[in-house]
Amino acid sequence: MTLVFLADGYPSFLLLMLFSLTVAGAAGRPLRCSVKGLKPFLLITLFTVALKAVAVSSISQDGSGCFNGVIREGAVLSIRIVLRLFLLLTAASLLTSTTTPVSLMDGLEALLKPLKRCHVPVHEAVTVMTIALRFIPVLLEEGERIYEAQASRCAELNSGNPLKRAVRCVPVLVPLLVCAFRRAEELAMAMESRCYRGSGAGTRMRRLSFSLADIVCAAVMMALAAAFTCIEYAT
Amino acid sequence: MREITLRIEPGTFLGVAGRSGSGKTTLLRHLNGLLRPTSGKITFDGLPVDAYGARALRRRVGLVFQRPEDQLFEETVYKDIAFGLSGSGLGPEETADRVREALHAVGLGEEFLERSPFRLSGGEKRRVAIAGVLVMNPSVLVLDEPVAGLDPLGRRDILDHIGGLWRDRGVTVVMATHDMEEIARYAGKVVVLKGGSIAVEGTPRDVFRDVDALESAGFEPPRITRLMMRLKEALPEIDDGIGTIEEAAEEIKRVYRGKGCGWKGHDKGRAHGGIFSRQFDPSPDGPEDKDTVGIRLYDACISC
Repeated sequence: MTLVFLADGYPSFLLLMLFSLTVAGAAGRPLRCSVKGLKPFLLITLFTVALKAVAVSSISQDGSGCFNGVIREGAVLSIRIVLRLFLLLTAASLLTSTTTPVSLMDGLEALLKPLKRCHVPVHEAVTVMTIALRFIPVLLEEGERIYEAQASRCAELNSGNPLKRAVRCVPVLVPLLVCAFRRAEELAMAMESRCYRGSGAGTRMRRLSFSLADIVCAAVMMALAAAFTCIEYAT
Repeated sequence: MREITLRIEPGTFLGVAGRSGSGKTTLLRHLNGLLRPTSGKITFDGLPVDAYGARALRRRVGLVFQRPEDQLFEETVYKDIAFGLSGSGLGPEETADRVREALHAVGLGEEFLERSPFRLSGGEKRRVAIAGVLVMNPSVLVLDEPVAGLDPLGRRDILDHIGGLWRDRGVTVVMATHDMEEIARYAGKVVVLKGGSIAVEGTPRDVFRDVDALESAGFEPPRITRLMMRLKEALPEIDDGIGTIEEAAEEIKRVYRGKGCGWKGHDKGRAHGGIFSRQFDPSPDGPEDKDTVGIRLYDACISC
C-alpha cells in the first residue's frame, strides 16, 4: 500500500497491478469477485476524478490557457487516480478477505508491541479497532431493518430538503444508537463472563509463529520493492 | 421465493408457517411493497401494488416487523404511536383519538401515554410498537412473529387482542409464526412454506391432517391434534382435525355422551376409566410412556 502511494510512472503501476492480481488469484479470489467488491467505491472514484479535473483545469487556465493540454493533463491525472484507488482497494480488500479479524488483531498487536514500553495500551486499542471493524456490517444490517420498519410506519425518510432529511433521520438513528448500546453492553457482558481481562492476561489458542511461508512472503515483498525502486528510478 | 400463488380474501386470518429461512419474512415484506417481485405480480384490492404510492399502500397494509420494539424512538409512548400519522393531515384531536384507540387495541391503558417507551418492559414495548402500526387503521395487518420471545401469558394476551381486531373490526390478518398451536387457535387458513415455495395450504384442519406434507416442511401437528389422532384409532367416531385443548375437551365430551356415559366434571376415576385408559394412563403413577399431552387434556377436561 505504501508502494501504491509512492508509485508515479505507468510501469510501476503495471507492476503493482500485476502483483496484486496475482496475489488475489493465488488467494482464490476470482477477478470478478474483486471487481464486484469495488462497486461501492465507484461513486467516490468518479467524484475524485471530477474534482481533480476541475482543480487541474483551474490551475492550467492561469498558465498556458491551452485547452487541449488541459484536457490531456486532466485525463492523465484521472487515470492515475483511478488506478491508484483501484490498487489501494484491491490491496485492502485482499487483506480483510484473507485474514480473519483475530489474526489481524494479533499481528497488529505484535507489530505495535514496542509502544507498550511507553505505556500505550496497545492491546486495548487494537481490540477496540477490531470490534469496530467487526460490527460495521452488523450495524448496517440493523440500520436497514429499522429503516424498513419506519418506512412501513409511513415515515417520510428520503424526501424534502437536506435539513428536513436530517431531521427525518432521527427515527432511524435513535433506535440504531439504542441497538448499538445494547449490543455493546451484551458484548461487554459476554467478555466479562468469559473472564476477559485485557492485555497480557490470556494465552492464545493459535500462536503466530514465523514459518517458511512468512519468509517467502517477506522475500517476495522485498523483491517487489526492489523492482519497484528500479523502475521508478529508471523512468 | 418461487412459484407463489396466494390469494388472501378480505377478512381472513392467515397463518404463515415455515422453518427459519423458508421465506416467511421475505413473503411478508412483499405485501406492503418493501420488496418488489423480480417476476410475477402482486395486486391489492384488484389493483397492482405499483399503482398505489408507497405510503398509500403502507397505510392500508400495516406491517409489524420481528422485534418491533427496536423501532421505538420518541420521548413518549403517545408521540411514538402517533408517528405514523404525521403528514396524514389529521387534526390533533383526531390523532389523539386514534392513538388511544390503538393503545386500547393492544390492551394497554391510557396511563402509558406519557411514559417513555424505553422504560417499558419487553412485552409492553412490543404492544406499543404494534399500536404504532395499528394507528394508521390498516385494513390488512401483517405480523412477523409478533409474540416471539414473550412469556406465555403475554403471548396469549397479545394474540387475543389481534384476534379481537380480526373478529370485531374485520381486519385481515397475516401472521407468520413457528407455533402450530397458535395457528390452530387463531387462523382460518394456513400456508406452510418450504424452501421459498408453498408446501401445504388450506384450513388448519386439513393441513394438520396432512401429516406427511407437514413433516416434510419441518412441522408436526399440534400435540393435541396428535393425541386426537391416536384416540381415533380406538374411537373412529372422534374428530381428529382439532387443534385446541378446549375444542378437544368438547369433542371428547360429545363422544363420551354419545356412548351413553354421563360426564361428571371432577370424577377423575370415570374419565380415566372411560376414555383415557384405552390409550393413556394420565395418573402420576401410570406407565413410563404416558404422553404429557394426555395429562394436559385430562386437566382441561376435568376443569370444564
